[in-house]
Amino acid sequence: MKWLLIAIIVASTSVGEVLQAIGMRRHGEIRDFRPGALGRAAGALARNLVVIGSVVAMAVSFFAYLGLLTFCDLSFAVPVTAVTYVIETVLAKYVLKERVNWLRWVGAAIVLGGVTLVSL
Amino acid sequence: MRNKTWACAVVVVLAQVLGNFFLKRGMPADLPSPLSYITVLFRPWVALGVTLLIVWLLSRMTLLSWADLSYVLPVTSLGYVFVAFLGRWLLDERISATRWAGILLIVAGVALVGGASAPQTWRGSSSGGAS
Repeated sequence: MKWLLIAIIVASTSVGEVLQAIGMRRHGEIRDFRPGALGRAAGALARNLVVIGSVVAMAVSFFAYLGLLTFCDLSFAVPVTAVTYVIETVLAKYVLKERVNWLRWVGAAIVLGGVTLVSL
Repeated sequence: MRNKTWACAVVVVLAQVLGNFFLKRGMPADLPSPLSYITVLFRPWVALGVTLLIVWLLSRMTLLSWADLSYVLPVTSLGYVFVAFLGRWLLDERISATRWAGILLIVAGVALVGGASAPQTWRGSSSGGAS
């Protein structure tokens, strides 16, 4: 049950974050931080299907995380979900076509090692 | 650009760390039915945690509108580490030596990735000027 919930959290978070990045790029940079302008930005984002998809994925992740928190330590539940970081670096490179240099790959590998130790 | 990026990243990390802490603080030991997943959201600590996680989501989306995902992720994943310290100090969680080692490895990986490269916009640095 524990690992099933973690798998759901990791998968839905990774998908949600990539959709969020795609959606925000389509929207463009937020430069105006006055309340009215922020409200208009929120309105436009609420009609953006990619952003909506990301929010749905995040909601799935959130409720699975609530389930995990009922019986797992916070100091386990939060670090173990850092494995999404590794998956998202891969997705950043191959889906978002961002430039990911070799140092970042080494860092991702070290984070993966850390997550492994946390879950032992 | 750099100051704006860091200020936003600090808000993202604080909201994430405190949001997770309050969520765990208010969470019961069992959620027996699907309905209980909804009703639990109305417990005061859980509601505060959820509010902070909404702040986290919005500040993170704002940051992502100009910074690379592969930059945002390592910087904000520092929060995963701070949250473990809160668990140890405020929730009396027992953290084994192996788990501390894992947390330190996550810090090292994050420092390597975040410190090795400056923030960049996805359009490239030439687009930052005022029109």
